[in-house]
Amino acid sequence: MSLFTPDSGLLFWMIVSFGLVFVILSKYGFPVIIKAVEERKAYIDHSLETARQANEQLAHIQAESDRILAEAKERQNAILKEALAEKEQIIDEAHRKAAAETRLQVEEAARRIREEKEKAIREVRSEIADLSIAIAEKVMKEKISRDKEQQQIIDRLLDEVSFCKS
Amino acid sequence: MTGLLKLKLKWKWIGLLLLLLCTGPAFAATGEQPAVDVQEIVFSHIQDAYTWHITEWNGKEISIPLPIIVRSREQGWAVFSSAHLHEGKSYLTYSIAQEGPYQGKVVERSQSGEEIRPLDLSLTKNVCAILISCGLLVFIVLRTANWYARHAGEVPDGFTGMMEAAIMYIQEEVIKTSIGETHYRSYSSFLLTAFFFILLNNLIGIIPVFPGGANVTGNITVTAVLAGCTFIAINLFAGKAYWKDIFWPDTPVYLKLPVPIMPFAEFLGIFTKPIALMIRLFANIMAGHSIILALTCLIFITASMGIAINAGMTVLSVFFCTFMNGMEILVAFLQAYIFTMLSANFIGQSKATHK
Repeated sequence: MSLFTPDSGLLFWMIVSFGLVFVILSKYGFPVIIKAVEERKAYIDHSLETARQANEQLAHIQAESDRILAEAKERQNAILKEALAEKEQIIDEAHRKAAAETRLQVEEAARRIREEKEKAIREVRSEIADLSIAIAEKVMKEKISRDKEQQQIIDRLLDEVSFCKS
Repeated sequence: MTGLLKLKLKWKWIGLLLLLLCTGPAFAATGEQPAVDVQEIVFSHIQDAYTWHITEWNGKEISIPLPIIVRSREQGWAVFSSAHLHEGKSYLTYSIAQEGPYQGKVVERSQSGEEIRPLDLSLTKNVCAILISCGLLVFIVLRTANWYARHAGEVPDGFTGMMEAAIMYIQEEVIKTSIGETHYRSYSSFLLTAFFFILLNNLIGIIPVFPGGANVTGNITVTAVLAGCTFIAINLFAGKAYWKDIFWPDTPVYLKLPVPIMPFAEFLGIFTKPIALMIRLFANIMAGHSIILALTCLIFITASMGIAINAGMTVLSVFFCTFMNGMEILVAFLQAYIFTMLSANFIGQSKATHK
């Protein structure tokens, strides 16, 4: 049956045309299309990857900024605390210094007063001694004879002097 | 209310259509024509021809004459139109054999008076159909490829998008999965060409008039060339494991040593695989064409049986033909897919390294 017998003419043309089509399409057809599609796919994949990375970076940056902010706040707190402490300390120091100064001044004043007093006493004493001598001279000059009276006067004077001294 | 009216109108149209369908053949039947030879009609349609038959009008055949290219041993090359050989006429020493071993083919009457077959490279109906479909295929694919050159990095839509989807589906789901990641690229062009060649010819074959109607993929020569290409693709570049599996398969030794039963069976398998491919495609498409033709002939067979039977059979025939044409479109895709997938599978097996 001729349905099942291959025909030589058709065979020839089939081989020629199919071969030609195959050569043309395998050179300029399918590989070009497949390459283009794959390149596009790679490009899309790459873009997606880049976007993902950018997102990640963004999240990273956000976290980083949050961290930096928190750190800054912490530092601020620490600095504030430190400053406060320092303030207290300075005030304390000032107080202490002032107190010491006052004490010193008071002490100095007391010392000076004492010194003045001693000096005054010394001056008074010498004055008294001089006075006594002067008195004594006068007494001597005036009434050497009145023994009893003299004695009384001297005693009284001396008492006065020692009273003053004490 | 309007729905009912519409329905009535619809029936009216269908009735009119039926009337037209019935009366045509009925008139034809009155002309005392010989009985319809279905086998003749079917075979003449599914076989190759030297003219592209379109229709018959008032007893005159309307067809496109095609060039006949022959080379006889006595006279050398001859190129002439097939119109010269119409209805048994002869031209130079050539004529179309009406009977005998070369029935339907161009034969040459030699000087000694016997019929011999010259080397026949005529552009027959199938050859022309192949040339048309090849041109169309090249045009379609190159146009698609060209689109990418003009639109780098863009996604196509419309026809180009459809082509891309089809190509990438075959490439990724059929070729890559069957042959494997390492080797599939070198075979993808052949398999894609085969797929689209078969698909396009299947689809063009369903169209009943020129440039369709030729039974290209239902011709054993065409499928033989396609299967032959697969045979070459399988065996020429096969790996060591493939040949080892054929000549020393993993079977008990007594099946191989005194009498090499299994190697023989395996060796036979080298040829049965492509032959199965060839027969499958050929038989499917040829059968599809035959069934549609036979169903169409039903109308003309029953033309002489009275209007009632003829009308009934016409409706039935149109219904079945519609169904079969739908089926054939499915088969067109299916057979192209199966051929490609099986070829890819066989190539994959030949490339497989040992498990």
